[in-house]
Amino acid sequence: MKNLLGIEGMSLDDIRAVLATAEEMHEIQQRPVKKLPALRGRTVVNLFFEDSTRTRSSFELAAKWLSADAINVAAKGSSASKGESMRDTLMTLDSMGVDAIVMRHAGSGSVAQAAGWVRASMINAGDGTHEHPTQALLDAHAMLRHFRKNDLGDLEGKEVVIVGDLLHSRVVRSNALLLPQLGAHVTIVAPPTLMPPGVGTWNVAVSHDLDAVLPSADVVMMLRVQRERMLGGFFPSEREYTIRYGLTAARLAKLAPNAVIAHPGPLNRGLEISSAAADSIRSIVLDQVSAGVAVRMSVLYHLLAAEN
Amino acid sequence: MTKFVISGAEHADGTRADLFIADGVFVEERPSGADVIDADGLIALPGLVDLHTHLREPGREDAETVASGSMAAARGGFTCIHAMANTTPVTDTAENAEHILDLGIKADLVQVVPIGAITKALAGKELAELGLMHASRAAVRVFSDDGMCVMDAGLMRRAFEWIKPFDGVLAQHAQDSGLAGPGACCHEGDISGRLGLAGWPPVAESVIIARDAQLAEATGSRLHVCHITTAEGVDVIRWAKARGINVTAEATPHHLYLKTEEVVNYDTVYKVNPPLRTDEHVEAIREALADGTIDIVGTDHAPHAPHDKDHSFAEAKPGMLGLEQALSVIMETMVTTGRLDWAGVVDRMSAAPARIGRVAGQGRPLVAGEPANLVLVDPARRATVDRDASASFSRNNPYHGRDLPDPVELTMWAGRVTHRR
Repeated sequence: MKNLLGIEGMSLDDIRAVLATAEEMHEIQQRPVKKLPALRGRTVVNLFFEDSTRTRSSFELAAKWLSADAINVAAKGSSASKGESMRDTLMTLDSMGVDAIVMRHAGSGSVAQAAGWVRASMINAGDGTHEHPTQALLDAHAMLRHFRKNDLGDLEGKEVVIVGDLLHSRVVRSNALLLPQLGAHVTIVAPPTLMPPGVGTWNVAVSHDLDAVLPSADVVMMLRVQRERMLGGFFPSEREYTIRYGLTAARLAKLAPNAVIAHPGPLNRGLEISSAAADSIRSIVLDQVSAGVAVRMSVLYHLLAAEN
Repeated sequence: MTKFVISGAEHADGTRADLFIADGVFVEERPSGADVIDADGLIALPGLVDLHTHLREPGREDAETVASGSMAAARGGFTCIHAMANTTPVTDTAENAEHILDLGIKADLVQVVPIGAITKALAGKELAELGLMHASRAAVRVFSDDGMCVMDAGLMRRAFEWIKPFDGVLAQHAQDSGLAGPGACCHEGDISGRLGLAGWPPVAESVIIARDAQLAEATGSRLHVCHITTAEGVDVIRWAKARGINVTAEATPHHLYLKTEEVVNYDTVYKVNPPLRTDEHVEAIREALADGTIDIVGTDHAPHAPHDKDHSFAEAKPGMLGLEQALSVIMETMVTTGRLDWAGVVDRMSAAPARIGRVAGQGRPLVAGEPANLVLVDPARRATVDRDASASFSRNNPYHGRDLPDPVELTMWAGRVTHRR
């Protein structure tokens, strides 16, 4: 693997290798001294055109625990508005001789474009409303760890329900590509206004009725809904969204006995997820966060160390 | 040299007859001392007329000037182009229109007809000085906010009313901003959903066409619809024409040839507004151009500097080059497929656009007394398009690397050779 641009473009072998290595990296994370020499002398740049707390710090920790030199470059605001083309920004960093660029950008496809311009390995940390591949990989990793710990097998045959603003979500696109390859049955749920066009061609089931699909779910993944979307007429009010599509305390009670709750964060408590759900024993939200570091260590390892 | 004999050329109707030219017009008698142009095996057509050209002067002379765009036009077989109003400053006054006219006269390669803005600064708020632009030396008759849709129906109505006495025409960029806002950059469908690009649904085009057609009917004024891209838009035009509404419509070469699948690698060369569509829409546009529902081909030639394209797909400027390959693409999509004969090409690319723009002396038959505007076409020649072999200052050529007809041998405007291979 030279780049990680999306789940699209990863072979199933790549996916399995990244998840297997993540399992090993998870053990490192539990040690008092969390340092591997694997990427000593290599340089990783976190190039974030958009704000991020967890993804950026998670990549930074991952690079540092693998002994890479990691720097953060915040290039907030669109490059177009600053007068510098995105290409110039990328070429400038690349010319410094860095080994990998972890990039987040509001423009869908921007990381793939960048990969065509630079020598460094490009890692997609979220490109617009397109993909967020390390999020999907960490979601899968967190689910797998949970199932194994509870003797529930792996993702084969599991029902994963993904709910929220799917139209504007890069997380759902990556998960819809990843989870079915690992044997899960995915159902995506959103109001018609927040459902992406063409979902009939995706390898998922589609529903507008959360209550109908909830009882059979093994995993319920709630995605963030931005309040600003109300302005575009995507939903009438927070109240109506929550009552129809939120994981309320009442819906929490309808979950199957072994079902768990996931959320990529940040949480909009009271909107798409109630505190009762977010803080319940069923929540694997914090497991997702810790899985994030392990998965990103694994990705960096496979891109920068494994083939050398 | 002011006298020419064009020998052996075939005409659009299939007949063969030598053409005689003296002092800028076609003449009956073979002139003595004329330059003889051997046109054996070539087809002589009236010079092409483009109703939709973006020249970037004034404002962005790094991307295109009136002179460089004029040269690209001549190479494409055009003898007349209409310069869209979205320059900096906008062509929204008589003075600005005359400036464009004068730049065209100075370049002296093609007739450059300025298009005036419908609203001041293309802001969609107040009418531009439509009548003064018409009364100027530029004699503006076509008005357009192209790039922007005039969303205010009341303002659009007033514009229709204002231009009616001098036989103007409003050329609308049909894009409902509520249905397809500024971020919309990809045909709404499977591909936009998968790529995560904001969708531009077909209905955003057709609702504006329907609205404007009814305004044209109510005011008795003339509507021209720029770059139609959807089957829905074609349906509305068909309905409006059947009703007798004074409406004409345009299709671009790229919407006749390229499809939405081109954007899957986020190559910003293929970002254009309105966006490339699916097979079914492309088929509907070809059919409508063939049966005359769509009256003309307009290139929407839109040069952009590389640094305006080297952004993420959503942020890159929309638009692609079109003048030099327009006839190539029409041959590939319409002539070789049997949908249009050469007479049809002449109508859609020369006679009809000149008629809509009311440009005297353009789009006329190649007969004695008419201005000597013509293009000699080799119907058999093909070539791989090379974006660097362009007269345009820009390189956003979507046909780069494609094998296409390469027909234009010679272009003559007002009895002067403006391009020869």
